[in-house]
Amino acid sequence: MHIVVCVKQVPDTKVIKVNPKTNTLDRSSAPAILNPYDAHAVEEAVRIKQQHGGKITVVSMGPPQAINAIRKCIEIGADEGVLISDRAFAGADTLATSYALTKAIEKVQKQEPIDLILCGKHAIDGDTGQVGPGIARRMSIPPITNVIKVENVASKEGKVEVRRKIENGYEILQSTTPCLLTVEKEINEVAYSPLPNMIKAAKYEPAVWSVKDLDDVDMTKLGMKGSPTVVGKMWPPAKSAGAKLIEGDAKSQVKQLISIVLEKRQLFEQKGGR
Amino acid sequence: MKVEEYKGVWVFIEQIEGNVVGVSLELLGAGRALADKLEVDLCGVLLGQNVKHIPKQLFEYGADKVYVIDDPILENYRSETYMKAVGDLVRKYKPEIFLYGATSNGKDLASAVATEVMTGLTADTTMLDIDLENRFFEASRPAFGGNIMATILCKKHRPQMATVRSKVMKAIDPQPGRTGEVIQEKIKIKEDDLRTKVLQIVRDTSKKVNLAEADIIVSAGKGVKDANGFKLVCDLADVLNATVGASRDVVEAGLIGHAHQVGQTGETVTPKLYFAIGISGAVQHVVGMNNSETIIAINNDPNAQIFNAAHYGIVGDLFEIVPLLIQEFKVALKEVGGVKTHA
Amino acid sequence: MPEKFDVIVVGAGPAGTACAYLCAQKGLKVLLIERGEYPGAKNVMGGILYRKQTEEIIPEFWKEAPLERPVIEQKFWFLGKESMCSMGYKGKEWATEPFNNFTVLRAQFDQWFAKKAVEQGVLLINETVVLECIKENGKVVGVRTDRPNGEVYADVVVLADGVNSLLAKSLGFRKNIKPDQVALCAMEVLNMPKAKINDRFGLEDNEGCSIEIFGDATQGQLGTAFMYTNKESISIGVGTTLSGMIRAKVKPYELLEYVKNHPMIRPYIHDGEPAEYLAHLIPEGGYHAIPKLVGNGVMIVGDAAQLVNAVHREGSNMAMASGKMAAEAIIKAKANNNFSENGLDSYRTSIYDSFIGKDLKKYKDLAHTFEAHPQYMNEYIPLMNRAASQFFTIDGTPKREKQSKIMQSFTAGRGKFGVVQDIYRAWKVMK
Ligand SMILES: Cc1cc2nc3c(=O)[nH]c(=O)nc-3n(C[C@H](O)[C@H](O)[C@H](O)COP(=O)(O)OP(=O)(O)OC[C@H]3O[C@@H](n4cnc5c(N)ncnc54)[C@H](O)[C@@H]3O)c2cc1C
Ligand SMILES: Cc1cc2nc3c(=O)[nH]c(=O)nc-3n(C[C@H](O)[C@H](O)[C@H](O)COP(=O)(O)OP(=O)(O)OC[C@H]3O[C@@H](n4cnc5c(N)ncnc54)[C@H](O)[C@@H]3O)c2cc1C
Ligand SMILES: Nc1ncnc2c1ncn2[C@@H]1O[C@H](COP(=O)(O)O)[C@@H](O)[C@H]1O
Repeated sequence: MHIVVCVKQVPDTKVIKVNPKTNTLDRSSAPAILNPYDAHAVEEAVRIKQQHGGKITVVSMGPPQAINAIRKCIEIGADEGVLISDRAFAGADTLATSYALTKAIEKVQKQEPIDLILCGKHAIDGDTGQVGPGIARRMSIPPITNVIKVENVASKEGKVEVRRKIENGYEILQSTTPCLLTVEKEINEVAYSPLPNMIKAAKYEPAVWSVKDLDDVDMTKLGMKGSPTVVGKMWPPAKSAGAKLIEGDAKSQVKQLISIVLEKRQLFEQKGGR
Repeated sequence: MKVEEYKGVWVFIEQIEGNVVGVSLELLGAGRALADKLEVDLCGVLLGQNVKHIPKQLFEYGADKVYVIDDPILENYRSETYMKAVGDLVRKYKPEIFLYGATSNGKDLASAVATEVMTGLTADTTMLDIDLENRFFEASRPAFGGNIMATILCKKHRPQMATVRSKVMKAIDPQPGRTGEVIQEKIKIKEDDLRTKVLQIVRDTSKKVNLAEADIIVSAGKGVKDANGFKLVCDLADVLNATVGASRDVVEAGLIGHAHQVGQTGETVTPKLYFAIGISGAVQHVVGMNNSETIIAINNDPNAQIFNAAHYGIVGDLFEIVPLLIQEFKVALKEVGGVKTHA
Repeated sequence: MPEKFDVIVVGAGPAGTACAYLCAQKGLKVLLIERGEYPGAKNVMGGILYRKQTEEIIPEFWKEAPLERPVIEQKFWFLGKESMCSMGYKGKEWATEPFNNFTVLRAQFDQWFAKKAVEQGVLLINETVVLECIKENGKVVGVRTDRPNGEVYADVVVLADGVNSLLAKSLGFRKNIKPDQVALCAMEVLNMPKAKINDRFGLEDNEGCSIEIFGDATQGQLGTAFMYTNKESISIGVGTTLSGMIRAKVKPYELLEYVKNHPMIRPYIHDGEPAEYLAHLIPEGGYHAIPKLVGNGVMIVGDAAQLVNAVHREGSNMAMASGKMAAEAIIKAKANNNFSENGLDSYRTSIYDSFIGKDLKKYKDLAHTFEAHPQYMNEYIPLMNRAASQFFTIDGTPKREKQSKIMQSFTAGRGKFGVVQDIYRAWKVMK
């Protein structure tokens, strides 16, 4: 099996700061990490490889520092990594990103046919989850999003069965391979990487491709030019005026609160209360 | 692409076994406002098997037209089939705005269609508006873990597409007898040509946790300390017939499953009533619940962040307040129950 | 077969990174193992980095290292309850190349330093804890980490794992650290706009100041406090011997709060925004506490070897210098292909012959003297303040009378003989 995993380096949003004067994100304040969902995608690839053998190639688009995200994937157990990095890719939205990644994957595919492509459910800097399905559409392979379990891989028959999360439950889907899966975090726990992987990763130099290294690229579909969406204004989320504090002793606080809640009596009428 | 050729606001109508999903009706409400501003039609796009009864309801909720493809091949949602069908409709009828619910299927479809017809898509929006002067659709969403709001524009491509979180928009009050035009279309795909199959759908009805759909949520934070404190909160939820939510710290302490977690890495919820009990109000929690209609916080620290997000607050010891609330609500709700039977 | 390296260095602080850097520069195969998320993630230091020992590893490092400010003023404050005496030196010559020393934030500096080592060919592995040294036939041959398949081998293992060095202890190179041989320090980084720092401390951009604080800051215990200016923040900290803290029943952060609210200090820091709180140990056992430095296939550097000069708050420089000496010994051992205790022994002799051995020897009884004789902290500093106050107060008393009054107040507490003894004792340990 040849499994390709798309991975992105993202600023760690839990520590990112907003510059209050310009309302822009101070990216330098946040360390860059491997998108957490993508770590689970790589882990899943490792598990599939453990059962079926084969090879895992990660592909990433980003600035030169993104090789650190690729190294992290090598730690988890990926075999190879490719970074596509070029000024021409800068400012890409999801449509332009999926185009560039598709071109890179096509090149990887020429070297060795691909059975499965894995992506994260979404990247935590954009929260869109559009790149995976975009790649699938461009490569004319079926996308399956929100995968929480890979039930069965029949590599010889060229079929996979997966569990896909939906509201109120899940569905089991079967697809021919190659296909593209985007994975939820609950699909697995990323294992603590073995030391030999750590050493391999510390040494690892991924291939870095520029636009020139890719074949048949339509430059107008790349980067800012190839992106239909643009960011208009940005502003800090409205701060509410703050809570109206209910004063008094506990008894009276509770009485007041109940009368406030009961202004929404229809909520309770439907169910009759208990 | 001639941008002027694209007219009308479309809403993808998601249905499960013939029942329209709540967010689709909410989007008809939001879409109605956009369509009125632009002075164009509001259209529903309805796919499935045996769905002919649905358009009537959509008209009552504000749709002017409904495009319907009713075909066994569309019985269950599949990217492959739905993307093809919707892509064909877009190419044929050229809408200028297209809204989808940010559900598993809605997001999946929107992403695939965006690439299929090569246009821009803004995910997980919470505010929609029109820049009338330029006739631009302004789709806004929280970005970077809720640290900032951003408006995304799609100036040169059509349709302008967005997925919208559920429970953020409001459906209009249905207008009985309101009608519109149904446009039947066909899909030209054979099952044998398809590469994906739905083998089984498991709807977990036993699991009552459905935070996203809940009207009342009573959430516990680290302030409950242990299982005993947590039980108090559960008891209150029980009295109110509410769903129990929790902060991440409570989930990580093993007091309740992850399905109950509210926040950035849990569920986004928009109930009518949200109780935050012993929750400090970290931004990662607040982004998951700050669109609730009424938020009530109980915390013994008057400086707790949660009071910035809440509408009403009680500064006090939850171990004193919650038992009293349980007791008083029991009494008060009996009376409300009475209102219902007498009316 | 697990991979074999020439050198494994445990701990990417200044000591370990310096050693790894220099070994790799000479073409050795080096593995540097760090338990933090990245080098410096949890490392703590007030913030004075010395030019000399750093440039001996990376010449002209100041041109690219993430430094805060070059220090152009060094001050000593002796605090009374509501007063202080101060002395110090400020010189513009320290504001230009080659500088004297710098304030730094370790999280940034260590990360940069390790990056430079990686550029030299060091393999750096983060988030990995070394659990123990692997021994075969009495020789250390590698380490075992907390990861699956976690063994890795080398000709020599360098322990640069900091003050607690569990590894040195498990090899039997040293005993448990005694509470009077280690200081517990708490520090905080307070964010403040550049212009405000410049105003308050009388500095220009890119000029820094270091203040060492004695007396009331430690509420009478043996120890010091410090305040250093960074680019847009102030580092403030305080530490006393662990034994002192136990005796006085104070917690480090309580002491830090006390320092921050001291009337002589508060005006400098009062609206700083707390950005980071850190607590850490400093080895202060000095000369007597230096463990066995070299074993068969293993050596100990930096804080792990307790190489800190507490009097002059020199630690990072000794760490780097010891790392360098270890590297030199390793390179020699490699040439002779002899990594036995004997083959590595030149490291031990270099340490004792260098400024490290000599300085630590000079002050070897200092801590003990001050700890055993609390009058230095408890009596003389308040006295100094009272004396200065009297001296500078213009109240019509003739100067000669003033001086004799001051002398009287010094001897009143401890008696003439006591004072002479104290002065002699202090002179003896400092000389
Ligand atoms: C990447 C990331 C993602 C995250 N995602 C989420 C998420 O999805 N959801 C989430 O909730 N968190 C999330 N967090 C964690 C979040 O930052 C907070 O740590 C967490 O929400 C805190 O939980 P808490 O409010 O229950 O606990 P605490 O912060 O410990 O607050 C407890 C509160 O209880 C109050 N209290 C204590 N005793 C009493 C009493 N007797 N009576 C009344 N009040 C009392 C205290 O004053 C305090 O305010 C995330 C963090 C990160 C970094
Ligand atoms: C508050 C304070 C202020 C100070 N101020 C100054 C000052 O102004 N100037 C000065 O020169 N010195 C100062 N020092 C002293 C200085 O910080 C130390 O002497 C110096 O950091 C020692 O360097 P090191 O490399 O030996 O150890 P450390 O810097 O402690 O590095 C040890 C490294 O080893 C890692 N490690 C530990 N155990 C393991 C393991 N088992 N496996 C893997 N990795 C491990 C740690 O994570 C750490 O990165 C100060 C110290 C403190 C606490
Ligand atoms: N720049 C990128 N390089 C590689 N993979 C990416 C990139 N951007 C997005 N992806 C993949 O697409 C998934 C969804 O990203 P997004 O659509 O940005 O939320 C991620 O989890 C990655 O697997």
